[in-house]
Amino acid sequence: MPRLRHYSEFLFLALLLAALAGLFGVLSDHFWSVATLQTITNRIPALALAALGMTFVLIAGGIDLSVGSVSAVAGAVFGWCVADHNLSVGVAFGAALTAALGCGLLNGTLVNVLLMPSFIVTLGVLEAARGAAYLVTGSQTKYLGEKLGWLQDSVAGLGLSGAFLLAAGLTIGAQFVLTRTVLGRQMVAVGTNAEAARLVGISPSRIRAIVFALAGGLAGLAGLCHVARLGAADPNAGSGIELSAIAAAVIGGTSLMGGRGSMLATFIGVLIIATLEAGLAHLGVSEPMKRVATGIVIVGAVGAEAVRARLAARRMRLAA
Amino acid sequence: MPADRLHVSALRKSFGANVVLRELDFALAPGEIHALVGSNGAGKSTFSKILAGLLPRAAGGLKLDGRDYRPVDRRAAHAAGVVMVLQELSVLPTLSVAENLFLGDLPARFGGLLDIRRLHERARAALDRVGLGTLDPDTPASALGVGHQQLIEIAAGLAQECRVLILDEPTAALTGAETETLFALLRDLRARDVSILYISHRLDEIAGLADRVSVLRDGRLVATRPARTTSHQELVELMAGAAAAAITAARAPTPGEPVLRLRDISAGHVVRSVSLEVRSGEIVGLGGLVGAGRTELLRAIFGADPLDGGSILLDADAAPFHPTSTRAAVQRGLAFIPEDRKHHGLFGPLSVVVNASIARLPTRGLVVIDRGDEAAAADRVIAALQVRCAGPEQPIVELSGGNQQKVVIGRWLGREVRVWLLDEPTRGVDVSARRGIHALLRERAEAGAALLVASSDYDELAALCDRVIVLSRGVVAGEFTAATLNPAAFTTAAFREFATAPFPNN
Repeated sequence: MPRLRHYSEFLFLALLLAALAGLFGVLSDHFWSVATLQTITNRIPALALAALGMTFVLIAGGIDLSVGSVSAVAGAVFGWCVADHNLSVGVAFGAALTAALGCGLLNGTLVNVLLMPSFIVTLGVLEAARGAAYLVTGSQTKYLGEKLGWLQDSVAGLGLSGAFLLAAGLTIGAQFVLTRTVLGRQMVAVGTNAEAARLVGISPSRIRAIVFALAGGLAGLAGLCHVARLGAADPNAGSGIELSAIAAAVIGGTSLMGGRGSMLATFIGVLIIATLEAGLAHLGVSEPMKRVATGIVIVGAVGAEAVRARLAARRMRLAA
Repeated sequence: MPADRLHVSALRKSFGANVVLRELDFALAPGEIHALVGSNGAGKSTFSKILAGLLPRAAGGLKLDGRDYRPVDRRAAHAAGVVMVLQELSVLPTLSVAENLFLGDLPARFGGLLDIRRLHERARAALDRVGLGTLDPDTPASALGVGHQQLIEIAAGLAQECRVLILDEPTAALTGAETETLFALLRDLRARDVSILYISHRLDEIAGLADRVSVLRDGRLVATRPARTTSHQELVELMAGAAAAAITAARAPTPGEPVLRLRDISAGHVVRSVSLEVRSGEIVGLGGLVGAGRTELLRAIFGADPLDGGSILLDADAAPFHPTSTRAAVQRGLAFIPEDRKHHGLFGPLSVVVNASIARLPTRGLVVIDRGDEAAAADRVIAALQVRCAGPEQPIVELSGGNQQKVVIGRWLGREVRVWLLDEPTRGVDVSARRGIHALLRERAEAGAALLVASSDYDELAALCDRVIVLSRGVVAGEFTAATLNPAAFTTAAFREFATAPFPNN
């Protein structure tokens, strides 16, 4: 039965996505076009990567509010290497990812050592990392041109950017890690009941260190995708992305209480948010109204899913 | 003698198949302090909870001052004048002392505005009665030690008009001075015609405080005696029962080499200098009262809590094993079954398969789970222990307690476990599941493992174990073989440190 339950969840998300796309198709003459598809796929990668990391952390029972700032740190370090020090793109890429990974490890270490809630630790790192991004760039946007063109260019005429394919590939990889590996199972166990996990010989602090490091690294990649899209390293990049990432994960059915979530569902959650943004832009909806509508969709999607799950549980009980 | 304040006749209560109270008769006189004693599982807590309205729907007769008394909840019991001070602390740390005292009945003005002045006045009066008159009612409860918090609980109980006051192990966390304050207060209440039901393990306290003492055994009242003239020995014999139940289980012929050796283990403020040995093929029981330190000992061996002193030797090792983490313990061949299944054992919303395989996931290569092997391993657990479930994908939280426990134990069958540490392995488990679990443990012993089983249930220790070690307040107070074990000696050992050392908290 649970396998079937999984599919019905996916079906629900896919229907929601199709309904949104259909609605915008009816409301706007030009929504169904290659240009729209490209707009959506271009906007997706950064959010998707951040949301994957967020999903890992949420499943293990934590939360990471710092992903937006950490993505900016990665972009800033990349810009600093390339624009200020003429280092090669490869070296800059490595340095940027290392910095982001370092931020993630810092989050995990603080949570483990200070035994503080991750909400507070990562709220602190959100501020500190944003400050670091300003310091590294001297508070200026660094124009880099086509340095990361391979991320931005469409691959083999598919109309899909390298960054999109990277995000899609990593989604599949993350789903594999989550559902098919010992590490993934241990994340679910720690998020479900950390003390029970400890008493079967799993180290919850090790698992926390790993998920925060993953979230940091993925946020770094998200920052580099952003650099590639803008052709510039902007210390303001990615601000607020943590909330969209949480929204995408939650729309995808990830539990904020830990222990439950799916990378594929998170990815569909990202698609829903991106489609919504693109569609509302097409309709010429004002920025304030866009935010109102996005909020309604987030709460509506999660609320509808909760109702669906309750009804399904009741049906199961009746059948039993 | 006037009529009984509280009259109980043929009270019965069972939880599923587990009968806790059978035909209990009891009488509480007006203005007396009546102590209630009994071994673990004798039914003391259940009985007091029924009186306090915490466990409705018991069968039998209850009369309060001659009128039928059927409290449906705690509030109804309060309204009738029956107040119980709970054993576990329910003080809310973020609120002030005064707010804690009157949480259910905060004085208000203008239909909702908290009347702080009146609250503090009432709080001062209530605190005065428990000897805490100098305490500022505005102190946050979190600033108080456990002993003071316990007194706050008692003050809260006394703040309402009561005719029957029930106290369950009230002095467990109190120092000598606090205990004296409490006793003076109880005597004062008695003088004002309040009847007090006083549950305690501390036989020495009872002789000095109570008027009468009643002994429960197996859910029945076995005797009521004058407290001052009844000796400890007499009470212990009454609690244990005269006729020793014969021990029936078949024993392994001869145990092998020592697998687990403990030397002078101290842990968790309770366990002091415990030394013992468990051999290959042997099941050793750990008996004792609540608070004897059994759980603390097992958790320290497993690395779940820090070991404060002493050493653990495994197999023939000369170097001691330091359990720095549960991970290290598991890798060294230890397994632990926790007492609190729901919070420490189960991954509730996850499936039976996931719960059964979590202690050892079968892999292809190093990291990828072999789902076929995983399902097969789970099926073996389900078959070996006859786990009743709708299927391996059913969330474990939907299973009965006994079937949950089978999975929690069975998850270790995939590992080479040398030392099994089991804390109350059959608590809340029905008879057939208990039999299945016992058979599995015996089979593990025969396969060469060493098992250390903590249990509050004498019958379980007698039926399952080759030897039984009794802890009393954290020290080894007795050791029995299957041949020498009998309820009287066992109970004497369990109470040993409680009867001889009145106030160790000082």
